[in-house]
Amino acid sequence: MATLQLQDVSLGYLTKREATLALESITFSVEDGEFLSILGPSGCGKTTLLSIIAGLLTPTTGQVTLGNQPINATSNIGYMLQQDYLFPWRTIEDNITLGLKIKGVYSDFTKMTALNWLTQLGLADKKDLFPNQLSGGMRQRVALVRMLATDPAMMLLDEPFSALDYQTKLKLEDLVFQTLKREKKTAILVTHDIAEAIAMSDRVILLSPRPGRIHRIFNIPNDIAEALPFQARQHKDFNDQFQSIWKEMESLASTS
Amino acid sequence: MHQHLDSLHKKYLASLKRENRQVLVVQLGILISFFVFWEVAARQRWIDPLLFSMPSRIWNLLVTRVSDGSLFTHASVTMFETLFGFMLGTGIGTLLAAILWWSRFISKVLDPYLVVLNSMPKVALGPILIVGLGPGFTSIIAMGALVSVVITTMVVFTAFREVDSNYLKVMNTFGASKKQTFRYVIFPASLPTIISTLKVNVGLSWVGVIVGEFLVSKQGLGYLIIYGFQVFNFTLVLMSLLTIAILATIMYKIVEALEQKLLKQY
Repeated sequence: MATLQLQDVSLGYLTKREATLALESITFSVEDGEFLSILGPSGCGKTTLLSIIAGLLTPTTGQVTLGNQPINATSNIGYMLQQDYLFPWRTIEDNITLGLKIKGVYSDFTKMTALNWLTQLGLADKKDLFPNQLSGGMRQRVALVRMLATDPAMMLLDEPFSALDYQTKLKLEDLVFQTLKREKKTAILVTHDIAEAIAMSDRVILLSPRPGRIHRIFNIPNDIAEALPFQARQHKDFNDQFQSIWKEMESLASTS
Repeated sequence: MHQHLDSLHKKYLASLKRENRQVLVVQLGILISFFVFWEVAARQRWIDPLLFSMPSRIWNLLVTRVSDGSLFTHASVTMFETLFGFMLGTGIGTLLAAILWWSRFISKVLDPYLVVLNSMPKVALGPILIVGLGPGFTSIIAMGALVSVVITTMVVFTAFREVDSNYLKVMNTFGASKKQTFRYVIFPASLPTIISTLKVNVGLSWVGVIVGEFLVSKQGLGYLIIYGFQVFNFTLVLMSLLTIAILATIMYKIVEALEQKLLKQY
């Protein structure tokens, strides 16, 4: 059963000066529980594509459906940004329960679930602190909890590791990967980091820039796809994967 | 090494303390010598005591006015008007900013009017207010509010608009309504700006209220100033000024304390 389907999605951007085509006939589907990465040079419309999938932008043409329902702003989709964007005036507990309150499903039960997530990600003792008392890695973990707390049908990750230092990034990749796999969540990761895309996903979509089109889809071999990202990076075939995607990206850069 | 560091730290703290003490000593010195010089200059007739009075006379008047309770009456009238005008100005200004934030169309339409209103000296509207609202409390409070309301609207609206769009994205992914976005993000994110306009508005409202009292009132510190001027009692004028200075400072300090309490996490 395909959960997410994009059918011939295009998006035009309108500004005073011109109308530009940001994305052109994007068609793909994501299976239930699959981890997909969207990779591409900057300006290829990765984040725009993610915003469309999240229902924040309406495509000019084409359709996005999740489990046969058209996507809209109230679809239950989690979105994780480049930075944590926790609200500094709310405690950690108030931050992770905010989504529940907005959706009107805040109750003792859902609150316990949210706090349970916090415990699982090793931050139980931080619930009464404020975001500025936490490190960058911890804050991004809280942002993950904030998203998981609303029990989304699908997770969208918009370069969530790009603002972290390398060590924290590797650890967090493992943690996010484990958590999402255990919960069998469908996830789409947007990144410009080839290694990260290979290490985390089952499939990698490479976009070409201006307008964003699907250039190629890479299937990551099972051994690498199923291993923890940190282990995947040590796999003997990892480098070959990296090289083949690298070459494709280089060819994109030279043609544009 | 540790002990060495400790002693360095102690020395550093001591030098900080010494600097603070020096600043305080000089500040007090300036204040005291100002009053002493004033007193001496008036007694020696270097300046005309009829016009500039002298600290001892002001002090004596202050003591009589405090003990017969009349200063308290006047001061509390003015305080009440200022507080009311100040809260009204900040409240209405914030509300207007919220309306502008809510509708892009309204904000675009009103933009030139706000610019004109903002550049206009609000106290010049005094006579119109008095005609419209009657000579009394209402006009004075309206004046206190009017001087701060337009600038509050503009500053707070800018703050609302400049909230990081990624916070709004977080809200949108939760499917938040506009009202929820305002309540959970826009307003709390702009609270530092709102509080800092409070600080400015304290001063502005004093201006509005004192000018209002100049124009109409039969009570209040502004009335005392204008009355003292008319009967050529400058001791009264200066005593009222002194009282205003003290009260305005106290109000400012209260707002500052409020700021520290509310904005701990920002």
